[in-house]
Amino acid sequence: MMIAENLCVHRDGKDVLMNVDLTLAPGEILGVLGPNGAGKSTLLGAMSGELKTAKGRVSLDNRALAEWSGRERARRLAVLPQSSTLSFAFNVHEVIAMARLPHDTGRERDAEIIRASLEAVDSLHLQDRNYLTLSGGERQRVHLARVLAQLAGGEGAQTLLLDEPTSMLDPLHQHTTLQAVREFADRGGAVLVILHDLNLAARYCDHLLLLENGRPYLSGSPQVVLAPEPLKSVFGLDVLVQPHPERGHPLVIAR
Amino acid sequence: MRVTLQPRTLFIVLSVACLLAVWLSLALGPVSLPLMDTLRAGLRLLGFPIAGHDLQQAELILGQIRLPRTLLGLAVGAVLALSGVAMQGLFRNPLADPGLVGVSSGAALGAAVAIVAGASLGGLPEAFAPYLLSLCAFAGGLMVTGIVYRLGRRDGQTSVGIMLLAGVAMTALAGSIIGLFTYLADDATLRTLTFWNLGTLNGASYVRLWPLLLVCVLVIGWLPRRAKALNALLLGESEARHLGIEVERLKGELILCIALGVGAAVAAAGLIGFVGLIVPHLVRLIAGPDHRVVLPASALAGASLLLFADVFARLVLAPAELPIGIVTAFLGAPFFLFLLVRGRT
Repeated sequence: MMIAENLCVHRDGKDVLMNVDLTLAPGEILGVLGPNGAGKSTLLGAMSGELKTAKGRVSLDNRALAEWSGRERARRLAVLPQSSTLSFAFNVHEVIAMARLPHDTGRERDAEIIRASLEAVDSLHLQDRNYLTLSGGERQRVHLARVLAQLAGGEGAQTLLLDEPTSMLDPLHQHTTLQAVREFADRGGAVLVILHDLNLAARYCDHLLLLENGRPYLSGSPQVVLAPEPLKSVFGLDVLVQPHPERGHPLVIAR
Repeated sequence: MRVTLQPRTLFIVLSVACLLAVWLSLALGPVSLPLMDTLRAGLRLLGFPIAGHDLQQAELILGQIRLPRTLLGLAVGAVLALSGVAMQGLFRNPLADPGLVGVSSGAALGAAVAIVAGASLGGLPEAFAPYLLSLCAFAGGLMVTGIVYRLGRRDGQTSVGIMLLAGVAMTALAGSIIGLFTYLADDATLRTLTFWNLGTLNGASYVRLWPLLLVCVLVIGWLPRRAKALNALLLGESEARHLGIEVERLKGELILCIALGVGAAVAAAGLIGFVGLIVPHLVRLIAGPDHRVVLPASALAGASLLLFADVFARLVLAPAELPIGIVTAFLGAPFFLFLLVRGRT
């Protein structure tokens, strides 16, 4: 459970994030949408304690984020940045194993967790590969597996912050990885995910937050947010919205 | 690209290599000592009651000349290799090396300032001189590490280009000031200054050895405890932070270890380049980048490599002696070029 109240971030004297309130509740996925530069990654940085906030507070399991020790926090909050730079030739399973650093669950349990996390993102076949030889999309899946492994068997409510986890993935793996995130939420985890694909957001998120110029424009269920009027206003995009023929969630089609 | 070798096998191979290097370093030189004499004299030095008047000369050479030199070589090699690993972890880039980014030059400048200041005060007190030199070299190394780190890092990323260029600039600056000292120095100071620029284990003495051994024990004792944190740091600073590592503290410790290690090594043996680059690279090639293996293996490999290089430097032009800095640079510079070429493909 993570709560942000009245978050504001300044950069070079400008407001890049203003008055954002949000709650990440167990079992739910909050999708954050908005055009480039709308403040999505800034929001994630402020939520994870990475960026200094000018105003507002973030609490994790009813305690201010800054009051947690690094290790305690790492057992209940994991963050996936937009891109990672690793220039050393670790094997994939070694990369995932680093996620178990905050835990002392023992070698056997860790091995099970690492295997399960890789399976969840359909990457078990990569486990003995050299990380440096992987493609961009494969690396992205490995890092998602890493943050999933970090929260496996942890304490308290588990919270996951994801910055565009599907940006480099092929269509099939966009769905497999978000399905893994969905299952994480269904086991009681709380998730914030930044997405660009409106239809993926419609399918996997419980709530959506639409940001415009650092301010919340609209938040609510996918049915409320993914409507022609707000999308036109924020993205400048003319769209048709229809219910998905089989699943019923909104389907956004550019006109 | 990994030549997989189990860590245990690697440690056995490296330990054997290290012992071999120690034996060669003790036995070879202007006066060659037979293996058995080296062993027996060594045991006698350690206090074992071994008879034999024939051993007196061997014992003298061993105790006064070759043992301090061998210990110096072991410590300098281990400390430089570990400083290289720490620096590559700090910059999260496998091309970082204390010599290339100017830290060694900064340390040499610190030592040179101490010598010149000491000379103008009428000479440093014999007993404290090595400590004072180490301290000044440490300060110089710390300063350069800090400057290059500040310049080379932006938003948690290392710009290798800026890091290396800053290193070039720092090396040139330190070199010019040392050059100025050299130009102004009297004969005695000149000799000592030249020694710093070439790097040699010649003239090792226990007095010069102590501060380095102290640092060596500290660094060898400390860095491996942070091996897992160093692994996480390679993922990225914010990634490491999200894994619960106190990144700022870890970085501070690394900078301290680098400056201490390089400072003490330079104060004791002058500028010996490329050890911090070659050794960790070879170890990673064989055993992968996990710091739990890389740190102890680099210490062992660095110690062995430096001793072998020193034996080579002693023998190749015998009875004259090549400064070891020339040997390591001769091996290291092509190796660096090779890494650059390989990195591009």
